[in-house]
Amino acid sequence: MRVGVFICHCGSNIAGTIDVAQAAAELRKVPGVAFATNYMYTCSEPGQDEIKQAIQREKLDRIVVAACSPRMHELTFRRTIEKAGLNRYFLEMANIREHISWVGLDKEANTNKAIDAIKMAVAKVMQNKPLYSSSFKVNKRVLVIGGGVAGMQAALDCGDGGLEVVLVEKSPSVGGMMARLDKTFPTIDCSICILGPKMVDVAQHDKIKLYAYSEIEDIKGYVGNYQVRIRRKATYVDWTKCTGCGLCMEKCPSKNSYDYFNFGVAPTKAINIPFPQAIPKKAKIDPDFCRQFTKGKCGVCAKICPTGAINYEMQDEIVTEDVGAIVVASGYGLIDMDKFPEYGAGRYPDVISGIQYERLLNASGPTEGHIVRPSDHTEPKTIVFVSCAGSRDKSLGIPYCSNFCCMYIAKQAILTKDHIPDSQSYVFYMDIRSPGKGYDEFTRRAQEDYGAKYVRGRVSRIYPKGKKMVVVGADTLLGTQVEVEADLVVLATAVTAAPGAAQLAEKLHISYDTFGFYVESHPKLRPVETNTSGVYLAGAAQGPKDIPASVGQGSAAAAKVLALFSKDMLESDPAVAKVNENTCVGCLKCKLTCPFGAIQEKELRGGRVVANVIETVCAGCGVCTSTCPCGAIQLSHFTDNQLLAEVNAICQK
Amino acid sequence: MAEKEYAYYAGCSLEGTAVEYDMSMRQVFKALGVKIREPEDWSCCGSTPAHTVDHLFAAALAARNLTIIEKMGTDTVTVPCPSCLSAFKRAHLSMTADESFKNEVNELLDEPYGGGVIPKSTLQIMIEDVGLDAVASKVTHALPGLVVAPYYGCILTRPPEIAQFDDPENPMSMDKILQAVGVKVADYAFKMECCGAAFGVPKKDMVNRLTYRVLSMALDAGANCIAVACPLCQQNLDLRQSQVNSTMGASFNIPILYFSQIVGLTYGLSPKELGMDKLVVSADEVVRSRIAVEELEKKEAETRAEAVAKAAEKEKKAKAKEDNTKTEET
Repeated sequence: MRVGVFICHCGSNIAGTIDVAQAAAELRKVPGVAFATNYMYTCSEPGQDEIKQAIQREKLDRIVVAACSPRMHELTFRRTIEKAGLNRYFLEMANIREHISWVGLDKEANTNKAIDAIKMAVAKVMQNKPLYSSSFKVNKRVLVIGGGVAGMQAALDCGDGGLEVVLVEKSPSVGGMMARLDKTFPTIDCSICILGPKMVDVAQHDKIKLYAYSEIEDIKGYVGNYQVRIRRKATYVDWTKCTGCGLCMEKCPSKNSYDYFNFGVAPTKAINIPFPQAIPKKAKIDPDFCRQFTKGKCGVCAKICPTGAINYEMQDEIVTEDVGAIVVASGYGLIDMDKFPEYGAGRYPDVISGIQYERLLNASGPTEGHIVRPSDHTEPKTIVFVSCAGSRDKSLGIPYCSNFCCMYIAKQAILTKDHIPDSQSYVFYMDIRSPGKGYDEFTRRAQEDYGAKYVRGRVSRIYPKGKKMVVVGADTLLGTQVEVEADLVVLATAVTAAPGAAQLAEKLHISYDTFGFYVESHPKLRPVETNTSGVYLAGAAQGPKDIPASVGQGSAAAAKVLALFSKDMLESDPAVAKVNENTCVGCLKCKLTCPFGAIQEKELRGGRVVANVIETVCAGCGVCTSTCPCGAIQLSHFTDNQLLAEVNAICQK
Repeated sequence: MAEKEYAYYAGCSLEGTAVEYDMSMRQVFKALGVKIREPEDWSCCGSTPAHTVDHLFAAALAARNLTIIEKMGTDTVTVPCPSCLSAFKRAHLSMTADESFKNEVNELLDEPYGGGVIPKSTLQIMIEDVGLDAVASKVTHALPGLVVAPYYGCILTRPPEIAQFDDPENPMSMDKILQAVGVKVADYAFKMECCGAAFGVPKKDMVNRLTYRVLSMALDAGANCIAVACPLCQQNLDLRQSQVNSTMGASFNIPILYFSQIVGLTYGLSPKELGMDKLVVSADEVVRSRIAVEELEKKEAETRAEAVAKAAEKEKKAKAKEDNTKTEET
């Protein structure tokens, strides 16, 4: 066996704190190592050529690359040695960058540690077996979770690319947050006017199957072959019969239902169509408020409905869809007002959130676009906007910036002046964050052309005084306290992860950060991929994002799906669990622990039961191997012998 | 609960400027059957002058008293003054949370504090241990014209990790107690606003400005009286009210009562027992407006009956008039 060792400098990333030449010299003394060298950038083209040439010249049959994390370049070097004629699993990487050179400053200690790490990789690679992928068929259908602008963009792009799309939306209509906005920055074009056509396209696209008012129940399978169970929540209205005429909504006697679409700005009816442009335009009963459900009698809508669509007995329904890839565009949430006791904790009706103000501005909103105070329905003249209500506030557990509030506040200040010319807006801000195209000019316009007074400082409290709301804050540029007697206060409430984001992540086997936002595979180079192959991200589910960024990511996710589906067959990863049927006692403990449902019972001739791994479902996590009482189940490429060889390598001396 | 005995730490203010708080609090506790005993040989609680200079020393001053209380064999001390309360709570919490700090403090003491005393405000005792129903059950008198602005001051519920009682931004305990004894409570936005605290000496102008805000907000809220639970708040609002009037061009005449005085009035206690004569802004009108509950009910019943009779008469007259016009027509 002839092992070749290639130690990378990574510029000064590794060579700065590890003596790479000394490490190479030490490695040459290790039995089995036929060749060891160090190189400036091993991942570069000449660096890879060097490996290929050394394999030919030195007749190497096993390769160790000591460089960065295998998550960065393992695939690169596997391809390299494959091109030189070796099995791609005859490669091991020693991570001497993230694990050693970046974390320690003592060059001597780092060098010793690096030598040990490379010795471990050498010991392991000598135990490696050739492994071969098998290929399997891909189901070229895609599931898109979330019908906001990001999800709709992904669905439309996939559909236009010829893929069949299953679009699942939690609420009764697609459109998401964007459908609730009045105008969009920095062009002040009407939100629903540019979104509406997209919503109609989604409804009419012959490749897109829309499940509105539905949620993901569970997901089984693997890239190329997922089985998704979808819960179609009971609407109590037969949507095949409902024509969206709205008669039921007109006659419904229960007038005090919470309006989720309008964020509670005004009440709605217990049976309702959320907004005039809703897709699908179908009615839905809210059983929390419907008299038929709360009091057991009413039935007005059933009597009035011209098509007999009302069905109080309706139950949730589960449907199953098979898909090959998933785009997650489940959107975001907003922090509750009750998190701000100093601003009244939601007790003052004239302190509202930015999205609520958006509904007041909107011509199809509850006030038909007239800005009025929720308390007495009079027109406010002095409006105070408070940015960073919760954002960048560690005490609330939200250290991050919510990304788009500075911009929408500027937009709302401009629109306020348009609606009420004799009004005065004040904006309390920490910093004005407007880095997008045309964004900074826009915030200047709000100040210079529309007279919004920007006050740099935080608001410490808001209290009522007669009919006014007194906003107390600091002006840190003047170095003084300021008080503004406002008619209406708008809080730019912080963006949070969507409710239920963590539960959905667990169904998808994707990771999420401490705040509940989904984690991309690489923050710069793989921004729409997740670490679960076949699952992609789009929109604010990954982090606070404005409309252009969400649309861009929706298209990017669609491009990734189209690339994945450009092949008819996918290659499976052979580094999966394997059962030694001779030593397996058939206890099936592994079956109980497998998080992916990849293990099944198998009856051998003679009736003996053993465990059997479904290769394509197994994710190679290794839980089963540590569960097996007799070591009969082994993870290929990470067998007990291979791991013990590594341990032996560092326990010498 | 009547069996339990609380230690009662009055503190220096309640022997001097706030003696009426002490008098009325003791009377109210007596009426409610809450047994209290004053620790012997108590000393300074370690508040403002000490804790601004030396935390260890401040904790030792507080802990000396807590040791005495611990030796009395009671596990709860009730403290009317929020400043003393905060000093005790801070010392107790930091000593029980940090063993080495506890040792440091105990080193300064003749006898070590074991950490077995929970300091509670008098409001907390009334709302949590006595209960609102019991508080309400002792009421014999009503104060029909009174609208109270409950003023908690800055430290009664703050910082929340020390106070561990009520809401730090919108406390309700005093509101609830006053409502329980049948008093009208105004929705007062300045419950926690700064009264100027001890700056009355070095920065009189500032304190006048701050108290002005507190007083005028009470009037704006429709109140004609302010209830307090802190000797310093009371002093700034009551003693300095005439000063505020002369410097700010105002003409306030708002009585500033301890909540315990108001509760005592509804329990039928005499103004003398409650120390009403110790107030600077006279509360005589409040006292005069007091009426026994039965009498008030009788009065109310009478006015109701009168109103009913009046309405009936009016109707009768109107009907008669209608009849007249009818007859005229025919």
